[in-house]
Amino acid sequence: MSLNDLFTEIILDHYQHPHNHGVIAKPTMSSRGFNESCGDDIQVSVVVRDGVIAEAKFSGAGCSISQSSASIMTDLVIGKSVDDAKSLAAKFYEMVKGNDDNYGEELGDAIAFQGVSKFPVRVKCATLGWHTLEEAFKSGEKK
Amino acid sequence: MNHDLKHDFPIFFHWDSKGKPLIYLDSAATTQKPRQVIQAIDDYYSKYNANVHRGTYELSQVATDLYEESRTEVARFINAHESESIVFTRNATESLNLIAYAWGLNNLHEGDEVILSEMEHHSNLVPWHIVARHTGAVLKFIKMGGDFQLDLSSLRKNLTAKTKIVSVVHVSNVLGTINPVKEIARLAHEAGAMVIIDGAQSVPHMPVDVQDIGCDFFAFSGHKMCGPTGIGVLYGRLEILDRMEPFLGGGEMINEVFPTTSNYAKPPYKFEAGTPNISGAIGLKAAIEYLENIGLQNVMAHEIELGNYAAERLGAIEGIHIFRPKKAGTGVISFTVDNVHPHDISTILDSEGIAIRAGHHCAQPLMRTLQVQSTARASFYVYNDKQDVEALAKALEKGVAIFKPRKKADVFK
Repeated sequence: MSLNDLFTEIILDHYQHPHNHGVIAKPTMSSRGFNESCGDDIQVSVVVRDGVIAEAKFSGAGCSISQSSASIMTDLVIGKSVDDAKSLAAKFYEMVKGNDDNYGEELGDAIAFQGVSKFPVRVKCATLGWHTLEEAFKSGEKK
Repeated sequence: MNHDLKHDFPIFFHWDSKGKPLIYLDSAATTQKPRQVIQAIDDYYSKYNANVHRGTYELSQVATDLYEESRTEVARFINAHESESIVFTRNATESLNLIAYAWGLNNLHEGDEVILSEMEHHSNLVPWHIVARHTGAVLKFIKMGGDFQLDLSSLRKNLTAKTKIVSVVHVSNVLGTINPVKEIARLAHEAGAMVIIDGAQSVPHMPVDVQDIGCDFFAFSGHKMCGPTGIGVLYGRLEILDRMEPFLGGGEMINEVFPTTSNYAKPPYKFEAGTPNISGAIGLKAAIEYLENIGLQNVMAHEIELGNYAAERLGAIEGIHIFRPKKAGTGVISFTVDNVHPHDISTILDSEGIAIRAGHHCAQPLMRTLQVQSTARASFYVYNDKQDVEALAKALEKGVAIFKPRKKADVFK
């Protein structure tokens, strides 16, 4: 278990220079997620048109893992359908829990988080953005 | 400490932290357990296990005697006037909840005021939120002033005839500030209010005398002072406990029970429904003996020395911010480091075998006062030494290097 497996270059770059950081003024769906154990607090907002994610942003404060994961997630899901985003989330959860070594190319830069599986206490950080995105979808479906 | 107390704590010889020795700096969360305490619990279960206060045979009487000796020992340890004023609970949280539910819900009315402080742990906040919601009582707060000290002028300002309770933490679990509880108790009593002290972070680290403080209630946990988890203490002035409604109902807390009514046993039994944590109380007694053998003054002096050394050593690290009073009386040191989130600090330290706490420390309102989302916290105890502080500082320097701000990489756009 080396720190280099966790704090990879991609993760540090997204942490220090996050993509899609901010709040969408008029999102079609949004949600706020907390990580009670360490106090991470993330807000994810998206604009979905005809089942496709046209815009995605995140804001809040948290550790390098939660922030960079949310940053990479927004890059990945923009332009994808809600269903595809949900299946990416499921694949991501399996990867960071160490349940699946055969994650495909569709996870893109998010494969930088494969090292998280060796740091079980950080799994919640890596998945916070994805869970919050899924909560946003749920709140949108209820409307 | 004049000898290596680490040898008393088996965990330092069992836990293999990736081939590195365990450097345990999270004693404010829970302390490690010396073999003397583990042995006392083992002895009880191996040789004397029986239920207490109901057996009509010798074994049960021995178990009862051991349990009650622990109560007497706790009373002597904090200088309570009588052992009947010692109620065994699960922990300080349950002790505080007991007062809130049994006294607060039954005696507070709309417009009554409860004064807390800005430094409280959630365990001395949330029970009062619940009581306030049910009774209409109003919560007021003692503000924090300079050098992380409570500003008693805000207590004086808030104390009125409406004030029914002043409930304050003795030592902050985040800052290590020792609050002037004797002065707070005096001011509160002058205004006719009842005084509750949360001693979870004081009793393990310094001599405490509840009669000298002059409080009406005092709460603490066994597991933060070398004792087992699941045993806590509520000290209450006997005349108040006598008048109080019970908290939980069931066996052991009753006198007579009829189909639709019952009357209750005297304190402390009125507040100990069901089979209590017998082994926990016995383990707590062993923990008290262990600490008194070292001497609480020595424990305190050792922690101040390590805390001051840590403040000096960590203070030299670039970008560090330390939240600790200049005149500190404990071995707690909270800090943040620019560009390195506390949770990342904790992971980096963990890879070196160093255990610290990162987060809001169950004190979210205090985090807002300090204007931080979370902090990292190292807390020292009898088994720590200067080498532990040195390892902490070195690992922190490593973390600062990993998270050194860098230019945006072109390849990862």
